[in-house]
Amino acid sequence: MTDVVSNSVPPTRNHGALDHFLYVLRSNPVTLLAFMMLAVLLVAALVGPAITPYDPLTSNAAIALQPPSLDHWFGTDNLGRDVFSRVIVATRLDLAISVAAVALSFVIGSLLGSIAGYWGGWLDSVLNRLFDTIMAFPLFVLAMGIVAALGNTVENIVYATAVINIPFYARLVRAEVNIRREAGFTQAAKLSGNSDIRVLALHIFPNALPPMMVQVSLNLGWAILNAAGLSFIGLGVRPPTAEWGIMVAEGANFIVSGEWWLALFPGLALMFAVFTFNLLGDGLRDIVDPRQRT
Amino acid sequence: MTGRLATVGLRITHSIPVILGVVVVSFLLTRALPGDPAVYFAGPAADAASIAQIRTALGLDKPLPEQFLIYATDVLRGDFGQSISTGQPVSEDLANRLPASLELTLTALLLSCAIAIPIGVLAATRPGSAVDHLCRILVTAGVSLPTFFTGVVLIYVFYYLLGIAPSPLGRLDFIYIEPDHVTGFYLIDAAIAGDWETWLAALKQLVLPAVTLALFTLAPLARMTRAAMLSALSSDYIRTARASGLTDNKVLFTYAFRNALLPVITTLGMVFSFTLGANVLVEKVFAWPGIGSYAVEALVVSDYAAVQGFVLAMALLFVALNLIIDLTYSMIDPRIGFEAK
Repeated sequence: MTDVVSNSVPPTRNHGALDHFLYVLRSNPVTLLAFMMLAVLLVAALVGPAITPYDPLTSNAAIALQPPSLDHWFGTDNLGRDVFSRVIVATRLDLAISVAAVALSFVIGSLLGSIAGYWGGWLDSVLNRLFDTIMAFPLFVLAMGIVAALGNTVENIVYATAVINIPFYARLVRAEVNIRREAGFTQAAKLSGNSDIRVLALHIFPNALPPMMVQVSLNLGWAILNAAGLSFIGLGVRPPTAEWGIMVAEGANFIVSGEWWLALFPGLALMFAVFTFNLLGDGLRDIVDPRQRT
Repeated sequence: MTGRLATVGLRITHSIPVILGVVVVSFLLTRALPGDPAVYFAGPAADAASIAQIRTALGLDKPLPEQFLIYATDVLRGDFGQSISTGQPVSEDLANRLPASLELTLTALLLSCAIAIPIGVLAATRPGSAVDHLCRILVTAGVSLPTFFTGVVLIYVFYYLLGIAPSPLGRLDFIYIEPDHVTGFYLIDAAIAGDWETWLAALKQLVLPAVTLALFTLAPLARMTRAAMLSALSSDYIRTARASGLTDNKVLFTYAFRNALLPVITTLGMVFSFTLGANVLVEKVFAWPGIGSYAVEALVVSDYAAVQGFVLAMALLFVALNLIIDLTYSMIDPRIGFEAK
């Protein structure tokens, strides 16, 4: 009898986080799908220019405005450029803009939020006023204003998108840091002789990372929409560069005469990307904080 | 009651630093123009003397704090500078075009509330039903929709394919004469004039852009309504109300819905911010002559005073709106007056 008991292996709990992650993926196929969609986007962004059948910039007036066919899957635009190649090539630029913008606001927001949440006092008040002011603008409109003021370049699109996103990160980090400022483990770390900055960076801040990841994912989708919207109204990316927003803008001129493929495919690509990041964000939220599931 | 009034007063004073911040930011934006503003305003053919003259005229030779004071007084007097492309004061241009944008935005928001709130309530009262799934799809798909793309697709389907929508060019087809200016809202003005043909024509032009904007705002509203209703329905006071034998309708609408309305109103304020941004895109797609397309036209010709005037006006509008929402909030929820000190 005793042999039977000792033979049953107790379940290992070594890979808690990974196990949980895999469990969530298994039980939530939608999140799995989101990761697969992300993989498609990443492949298109990384090797896109190498695998497109045509050059995205070579125009050929002889085959202008052709509907989708076997040769040109997404048809050709008014200059005879292959829409499929342009949509694929644009992935890299669109993702790069939004990733750069979100990374910037992540870093700056974390810094400012940590400072405000940890030291409090007048710094906290000043920073809070600053974030209130940014949030007082309709954000897309503020982004327009910033790009108009700094100059019409792709870098400035990145900066503008970063600025309007900073308050979200800073507020989140501030709240997470603030509630742990006096926590037992913080005081223990301080008593063991760690400096404030070390306690803040290594003991408190990591606690804010899980909710931040959810924010990053949701934000990426939003940043792509924002950047595409700005280039749709003629800011940032200039023709003939392939970019989804500008392609929809160019295609919109032909929609009233029935050439739907010019605007539809870049628009769908844009939706696909935003949808991926939104699904991913919802999935990550389920992993990080199951209570917030709606 | 005095407590309530004090709350209202306090809330109004709270918005003063925000307004000040907004004016500072927009001042910085006007001064951060690429290159030298004086050279820019003097035009390409200007020599050194005329640039210096413009610099003095614009007050650009004064120290920055003094420039800010001048700017702030101008803004206070409603002077947003001069538009180069139209030759008019920016504030006048904006005032002329504001009704078109407001008519579009408000119609879209009404439409979206009329759809999103019932869907959210139904989804919350019947979890797992078809309405609930519809709500979930709507919420996830809705936030991924780029407004300008939705607009283009709607034009293709309803104008090109089905031919039931008028051409997407502005507020009124050119064969109609615009109604006498009373409110600037064509639907209201035409109704006042009793010109129902024009009213119908204006409505037809309005439908597609309003639906485009509404689709965009539907998702957050439906999501919030559903979540708020769910949490209200699972609360103790609902259980008590049910146990006391009140009818389902009474419990649902008088007890749950009124409490669920509070977070929905907060979301509405946030949604309005998105809408003001999305407005710019929708107005461009439908050639709608509102302030958004005014700003886009100004951007194209580098008319910076007009763009920054637009940004400032939008921000002030948004601050005012948030104030109104907060005040409404304290009207609906009497507890707020006592919690805030």
